[in-house]
Amino acid sequence: MYKYDTYDQAMVDARVAEFRDQVHRRLEGHITEDQFKPLRLMNGLYLQLHAYMLRVAVPYGTLSSAQMRMLGDIADKYDRGYGHFTTRQNIQYNWIKLEEAPDILADLATVEMHAIQTSGNCIRNTTSDQYAGAAADEVVDPRPYAELIRQWSTFHPEFNFLPRKFKMAVIASETDRAAMRLHDIGIRILRNAAGALGAAFYVGGGMGRTPMIAPCIRDFVPIDQMITYSEACLRVYNRYGRRDNKYKARIKILVHELGKDEYTRQVEAEFAHLLTQNIEPPGAELERIAAMFADPPFEAGVPDSFERSDPAFALWADTNCLPHKRPGYIAVTISLKPAGGIPGDASADQIRLMADLARDYSFDELRVTHAQNIVLPHVRKADLYAVWQRLEAAGLGTANLDRIGDIIACPGLDYCSLANARSIPVAQKISQRLAPREQEIGELKLKISGCINACGHHHAGHIGILGVDRKGVENYQLSLGGCEGADTSLGQITGPGFDEDGIVDAVEKATQVYLANKQGSERFLDTYRRVGMAPFKEALYG
Amino acid sequence: MADVQFRFRNDEPVGDPGVTVDAFGEQSNASAVRLEPGDDARDLLPHLDRIRLIEVNFPVFGDGRGYSAARILREAGYGGELRAVGEVLVDQIAHMRRCGFDAFAPEVPLDPADAEAAFARYGDVYQPTTDGRAPIWQLRHG
Amino acid sequence: MKILTGNDLKTGAVTWWDGVQWSLHVEDAVDVGEHADTILARESAARRVNAAYAIEAAKDEDGVRPAHIKDRIRALGPTVRADLTLKPADPDAGNWVI
Repeated sequence: MYKYDTYDQAMVDARVAEFRDQVHRRLEGHITEDQFKPLRLMNGLYLQLHAYMLRVAVPYGTLSSAQMRMLGDIADKYDRGYGHFTTRQNIQYNWIKLEEAPDILADLATVEMHAIQTSGNCIRNTTSDQYAGAAADEVVDPRPYAELIRQWSTFHPEFNFLPRKFKMAVIASETDRAAMRLHDIGIRILRNAAGALGAAFYVGGGMGRTPMIAPCIRDFVPIDQMITYSEACLRVYNRYGRRDNKYKARIKILVHELGKDEYTRQVEAEFAHLLTQNIEPPGAELERIAAMFADPPFEAGVPDSFERSDPAFALWADTNCLPHKRPGYIAVTISLKPAGGIPGDASADQIRLMADLARDYSFDELRVTHAQNIVLPHVRKADLYAVWQRLEAAGLGTANLDRIGDIIACPGLDYCSLANARSIPVAQKISQRLAPREQEIGELKLKISGCINACGHHHAGHIGILGVDRKGVENYQLSLGGCEGADTSLGQITGPGFDEDGIVDAVEKATQVYLANKQGSERFLDTYRRVGMAPFKEALYG
Repeated sequence: MADVQFRFRNDEPVGDPGVTVDAFGEQSNASAVRLEPGDDARDLLPHLDRIRLIEVNFPVFGDGRGYSAARILREAGYGGELRAVGEVLVDQIAHMRRCGFDAFAPEVPLDPADAEAAFARYGDVYQPTTDGRAPIWQLRHG
Repeated sequence: MKILTGNDLKTGAVTWWDGVQWSLHVEDAVDVGEHADTILARESAARRVNAAYAIEAAKDEDGVRPAHIKDRIRALGPTVRADLTLKPADPDAGNWVI
């Protein structure tokens, strides 16, 4: 894992002091709310429905047990005993007091954490593959590249006031587990035919009201030019992205309106210029970072199987665990989606328990996934039963990874000032209703957003639900066929929307159509792609 | 026109107000120009040798195009005064300085103590720009 | 009726204008009639409230009921965590929101 040196630590410490000063000036009336708002947002502090909300950055989703424990302690000390893990691998607290926010940042800084640029029209936290360092299929661990981007983007003086927010994701395997092409910039680290490392750049993806799948604008940027190329992409956007209309200000609109070819031409021209400016970090810096992501001391010769006599455990192990690159180890996903629960929420005690498990069983490491779950990346198979028993006792043993109950949901109108409808109650009702048939239905990614901003990724759900406000009443639109992986696609709306109970019935009907039409081992998405919308429409509206 | 409140240069300030980019092209004796957010800083590159002052206007602090304009001018070797004017707020001036601004004429004058603290806030920085500061990446590796 | 709501600047708590000061309870909210803008400007400038705005509401036997569900959720708390609302002991409190 990355460890701060004195430079990194000085940076977050200075940020705490700066924010303390900004809060002081606001409370004393030296600056207006209009002036303060972008400052607090650049520190992840929103004003939501019930209080301030603080979004803490979890760079590329990686946490140590000490960091995780601090997240639990903050939930108790400053919030109301829980936190919400987000689709951008961060954590949010819902009941924050402005006057205490600087103290929270100070506590976070003691474990090398911060809330820098977790909101605002700047480069946000860079996300990555939650199985980085554990996945068998990765070319390299993508996190050193994400860390390099973290440093480059932290207080980048040119890009504090972009037309709109800017999200980057970095992966290093063919299988995309980070929805890379739905980001402003998605980077895939790969090797070319000569064996050299480089970065493929996908620019202009995103969700929101105009979902777009990012086109590849350069299939190979030499790895020692990755930062320079990123800077070129950003500069063209900062100069020419639309600022006349907030809803057309994301880079996806610029790329779309200019056309991929013209945008690429401008980036290449800027890139050629920037190469003369020597802004790329030295190769030694990447080596320094990469050394900190070296494999933990895996043991050789540990048993490569586990005892399966407890059927509940065997089901969980088969559902929630993924193969590891090292024999004898396995990557464990802890579902934060119990049937009827609030997706992504964890209590302070649960957070601390997961920290303990990471310390005891996973080389001190955890990951936050974009599906709002937690990963213990490196668990010995011999320890798996013990891990499961402790999870199960804490209400964290739900066996539903990528099943219909593993719902991505934004906070919705229960918490969010932008939302048009509640997301969480819909998620709760669906997971409760369909949990008994979860294993029969198999892989099905259901995603719910409470407004068109699409924080719940509904466009990318095999089943997507969008909450809208219809004359003051919550209404829910259903879409089918979205997918965020290597074969990224956007969901299609089925037809007229439903009320809260109606949408639960509609989802159940969609699963019935799938089960009735399923051939062989087809997943819901495969069947939908083969049979199309018609039988679903017939069942829903016929 | 707002007064220059902070200036990090020793040469004699240019008293003339900057002309628009369009007018500048036609006035061969003008030495001060004012860049609006929608102007292309690169239009000035052929004339850099006769420019002594470029005012970059921030009509609203949230429009960040002026930061790119400043860097483009400095990267092209512009050595004259680069002045941030308009809604220039205390929490932005350190970033502006990093992008190459060496004079600040905020519409609403800043609290001098706040400004001093802001300029000095970050002892070291990650990214190289043309401001002459050695980035952390360089400090780490000599 | 027209009532005013916002958040406490320091704590972020949802507040309602009761004619004299800002209350945590929507049932204290008073009709401000034509004076909304004046009160909002004065109170915001004095930093006694943040992000305040005027909304439509109705008065009935249960008290003051904001016209929009968003403000009813603000008034009570999240519908999915009864324990965190202003009325944690009342299991039916959520029905007022919907």
